[in-house]
Amino acid sequence: MSAERRGAGLEVEGLTVRYGDGPDAPAAIRDVDLQVAPGETVGLVGESGSGKTTLALAVLRALPEAGRVDGGRISLAGDDLLAMDARALRELWRHRIKLVPQNPLPSMNPAHTVGHQLAESLSPDRPGRADRERIDAMLDAVGLADPGRIRRSYPFELSGGQQQRVMIAMALLGEPELLVMDEPTTNLDVTTEAAILELVRGLVRGSDTAVLYVSHSLGVVSQLCDRVEVLYAGELVECAPVDELYDAPRHPYTVGLLDSVPLLGRTKTDAPLRPIPGRIPDPTELPPGCVFAPRCPAAEEACRTARPALESAGPNRLVACRRWREIADGDVSARQPAPGHAEEALEVAAGDAPALSAIGIEKRFETRRGLMDRLRGREAGAVKALRGVDLEVRQGRTLGLVGESGSGKSTLARAVIGLEPASDGTFELLGVPLTRRLERRDREVIRRLQMVFQSSDEALNPHRSVGATLRRPFMHLAGLDRAEADRRVARLLESVNLTADYAARMPDQLSGGEKQRVTVARAFASDPELILFDESVSGLDVSVQASLLNLLDELQRERHASYLFISHDLAVVAHLADDVAVLYLGQVMESGPAGTVLAPPYHPYTEALLAAVPRIDPHVAAARPPLEGEVPSPRDVPPGCPFATRCPRVLGAVCHDEPPPVTVDEDGRHRIRCHIPRDELLELQEPLVERVAT
Amino acid sequence: MTTPGGGGAATAAPPAQPAPLAGARHLLGELYARPTSAIGTTLVALFVAMALIGPWLAPYGPTEQILSDRSQAPGAAHWFGTDRLGRDVFSRVVTGARDIFLLAGGGTAVAVAIGTVAGLVTSTLGGWWEEITFRLFDTLLAMPALLLALLLLGTLGPSRSSVLWVIAVAYTPIVARVVRSVVLSVKTREWVAAARMQGETLPWILTREILPSVLPALAVEAALRFSYAIFLVASLGFLGVGVQPPNPDWGLMVAEARDYVYLTPWSLIFPAAAISLLVVSVNLAADGLGRALRTEGR
Amino acid sequence: MTRYLLRRVGFLALTVLLTSMLVFAVTQLLPGDPARIILGREAGPAALAQLREELGLDRSVPVQYLDWLGGFMTGDWGDSYGTGQAIRPLVTERLGNSLRLAGLTLLVAVPLALLLGIVAAVNAERWPDTLISVGSLAVVGLPEFVTGLVLIQLFSFQLGWLPANASIPAGTGFVAALPQLILPALTATLVMLAYVARLTRASVLEELQRPYVRTARLKGVTGRSVLLRHVLRNALLPAITVIAISFGWLISGLIVVENVFNYPGLGRLMTFAIDRRDLPLMQSITLVAVVAFALANLIADLLYAALDPRIRLS
Repeated sequence: MSAERRGAGLEVEGLTVRYGDGPDAPAAIRDVDLQVAPGETVGLVGESGSGKTTLALAVLRALPEAGRVDGGRISLAGDDLLAMDARALRELWRHRIKLVPQNPLPSMNPAHTVGHQLAESLSPDRPGRADRERIDAMLDAVGLADPGRIRRSYPFELSGGQQQRVMIAMALLGEPELLVMDEPTTNLDVTTEAAILELVRGLVRGSDTAVLYVSHSLGVVSQLCDRVEVLYAGELVECAPVDELYDAPRHPYTVGLLDSVPLLGRTKTDAPLRPIPGRIPDPTELPPGCVFAPRCPAAEEACRTARPALESAGPNRLVACRRWREIADGDVSARQPAPGHAEEALEVAAGDAPALSAIGIEKRFETRRGLMDRLRGREAGAVKALRGVDLEVRQGRTLGLVGESGSGKSTLARAVIGLEPASDGTFELLGVPLTRRLERRDREVIRRLQMVFQSSDEALNPHRSVGATLRRPFMHLAGLDRAEADRRVARLLESVNLTADYAARMPDQLSGGEKQRVTVARAFASDPELILFDESVSGLDVSVQASLLNLLDELQRERHASYLFISHDLAVVAHLADDVAVLYLGQVMESGPAGTVLAPPYHPYTEALLAAVPRIDPHVAAARPPLEGEVPSPRDVPPGCPFATRCPRVLGAVCHDEPPPVTVDEDGRHRIRCHIPRDELLELQEPLVERVAT
Repeated sequence: MTTPGGGGAATAAPPAQPAPLAGARHLLGELYARPTSAIGTTLVALFVAMALIGPWLAPYGPTEQILSDRSQAPGAAHWFGTDRLGRDVFSRVVTGARDIFLLAGGGTAVAVAIGTVAGLVTSTLGGWWEEITFRLFDTLLAMPALLLALLLLGTLGPSRSSVLWVIAVAYTPIVARVVRSVVLSVKTREWVAAARMQGETLPWILTREILPSVLPALAVEAALRFSYAIFLVASLGFLGVGVQPPNPDWGLMVAEARDYVYLTPWSLIFPAAAISLLVVSVNLAADGLGRALRTEGR
Repeated sequence: MTRYLLRRVGFLALTVLLTSMLVFAVTQLLPGDPARIILGREAGPAALAQLREELGLDRSVPVQYLDWLGGFMTGDWGDSYGTGQAIRPLVTERLGNSLRLAGLTLLVAVPLALLLGIVAAVNAERWPDTLISVGSLAVVGLPEFVTGLVLIQLFSFQLGWLPANASIPAGTGFVAALPQLILPALTATLVMLAYVARLTRASVLEELQRPYVRTARLKGVTGRSVLLRHVLRNALLPAITVIAISFGWLISGLIVVENVFNYPGLGRLMTFAIDRRDLPLMQSITLVAVVAFALANLIADLLYAALDPRIRLS
């Protein structure tokens, strides 16, 4: 392939994609332009419904059957992709365009070995004859030691991080001109994500592959990309080099997105989130003018009637807003209003009991012993998911609980609520010990202790209306009659910023954010003292997440409720929580007031977690090499410090063999479980979180 | 049908939900959206009508022998002809419809009722109850349905009520299994945990939180079971261990007529066609029901 | 894998044991006295008592059960009430005949059904699919005795190609018996065909939606190879289970088919036993059929485990 032909990279012009037949079928993508030059990495950012995945699939010529390109041009190195027939497409897919998909496991065939599937990428017709040495070299290049073992494995035998590395190897084996990555780190732990991003960064640097990186995460994109395109409701709203986009966003939507993301170092008190009101329009009911106008704080009359053109706003910058100059000059603010609330912090009397204390909580899951095991005299195995957890949630405050998957966060929440009773230890609610099993607790305890799950379609019964779901706690727990309960439901819906007519809706008529508001409302219905949130804002779009976080903050002030807030997202926890606890393999590694935990001395695990959080700031490079390896199975927890196997600051045998002591600061509130003395940690470590003033 | 499950479903509908009438209209709309299920549903309705008003439709009694009209070909006097004993085939087919609905439908209803309750309660509770119940059901399922039916009828002796109970015994485990598979996938859902956290009682959780999710799969399974039950009743009749002569059972009529197929082919063709048509229509309707409930779930 | 195997075998043994209890318990429900059935109305009380003792009916039910089970395991299956013949040679001979018919049916039905299911799935919602789906729905609705009688009409009476009566004498070789076997096998095939084809279609369709299919396509693998190398490998795994389950269906079907064609298999013997209220014969036939069904399921499980790395390696 000649150098000039490669010169052009990917070019998309005026692309429109519709789902369904006919000229009036809803268009998921409208008139979108996109360029990715060889060697360039372009981020495609947008919330759900933005059309980013549709655009990526259209570029791959792999739209689902219902989708079709209805106008526009896609070319790669000057070759028209839309004109290609099946045979030409196969050639394209074999050698020139590759995809790294979002979910690696279902994207691999469960019945074939990884080696076979890699070989197929090299030699699609005769995988048996593929060059094994090239495969091994590539596995090595994506950081998989022992390529022979990986090749012989089946996909399900690999960890999530390994699976994604295999998918990347599979894509790179074809030496593509264009690599499309569709949210490749979305379902991975933050440390694994950091490692994969590090890998991709290294692989892309210096190569002449064009990379299109699709993501909902502004942080990931800022760390990886040269240029970013922002999509909204199927249209391109802004395109800019990455540092310019973050430093000086021009489109109000970009401004709103950036204002919605919780940043490490900014908390709810010093920088409240400014969510974007309303929701993304459905392609079937687009507004007549600018698609963003209904949600835009800077919209004027003309915005609502005429579609803005995509204008050049400087070298390499495009923006689709008629007021971008005013915004750039500071004449008009594109920022959403900050939520107003009284700044008064709740006073808690010193003698008051904590809302919740956990004392020495243990949870064992017995592994089932079959008949043969009994005959052979095998002991019943037990997986220890929680190994002596001590925690305190202060009254009217939020304790944030962070940790990777497998750390035991959810197990702890389910033990508190009594769904999966703890095996040992005590929970006290306002100083009163709790019965372990939910079914044995009396109504008053049930009323005072509630939980909100991860936002998902499972949280609400699809067969019951919102009103029927919310009415129950009033009738059942508070003993109100039907009419009074309905009145309270209406008030409750308003308090979570929904209207009273939502009571008549069924869950499938709600958006993800609305569903989560209803589950929050359900938790607050019985006026509880303590609410557990288990990943309750995860998986939501950032603007939706922001408004929910603000809502939780507001409700806490109003109702004086205490929160145990569980999340894998350190930035979210740091934003909301007054206190933070870091959990690893069923043990609290570090805990204390948020400000103390986020500043040195850190537990080395906290330090690694903080370093792995993708910063939404292209000027801040990744602080240090990402954590090696993966969380060990709870089946075989190391005898000494559970973190010793991955710890970059490991001292030696003492870490591996002896359980570390817990050290406390002068206030008696900041605890670290580590062999390294506090002052030594303080000397070794740099602050990873800069307190940012607004 | 008044099963405990059915009662729960009826009261579970909160006023905010679309009225049952609208739901039924939607379902009918879906059933009539495709020609195959439309034909199936219509034919099933006609058969039901036949079962209800059959005896008034029939010009003769089902066992009435018109000795002067033996072995008559179909014609104006006898639409489906007469058999060699002089019985009017049309009258026998039409009155036989009621029996097949009573036996196959009744057996299925019992199986659905017991299977639903057993599946719902034991698999929600888990533990030993579930273990024992399903071990027993697995044992019943280790015997092919017809073999189990033959064994039971061979010992009990053939009678109409035995046929009904045999169907119930053969199909209860299958219904229970279907219910269980749905319950197992639903009971770990967060909305069920949420109900527990609100302090709801087990009966409430069973009937209001879990049962509504089971109903679509249960409806399809019930329709399918009904079609197999028709099959089973007819096969038992044909083998001579089900409904006994001189009752106008369709399978039995085929068996009686097969020796005289040269003489009176119509006395074999019409009952055979009735069985096939009924089973095919129930299958088509069940297929449509499955599609309709799947699209509704989206 | 070994553990899996042992567990399956143990499970099979338990199922058969429980079923044997059930079979025995059911036959205890029989109203009336077996001795009376054998000897007839005129028999005197002394003769009845003597026969009861000979048959062991005077002992307690658990003892009778253990005796019966022990006899069954050691090959002493007792004598038929009706004919006084030893049961075991009779049942094993008939079992051979039934297996012969079942084998022929499976040989034709399974490959054909898989093919139809795959064709329907690949052409989903287009005419081949509609044709196969509606066709199989229609065939599923035809009871074996109807299809059997239709086939007899067509091939025996109208065309005269094949015999209507399949009552082959004992000891006939497979090839010699083939003309008699064709019509019964064809009848049994039709129903099984429809059932397996429908489930195969569903299974292939489900696999076609999976993301790994897109991965393979985007590697540039040809459509045919995607189907053969990727989809079928996974789609046919559930088909194994389906075939095993439909084996139970086949047993039910064969009972009817054997009676339609007067074929000397277990099913024909079963109706014969029922007519004569021949309890020991009924018990033995049922238990033999149950064991055959359970073995078919075991083979399917093992085949599945061998082909699915997720089970094989765990």
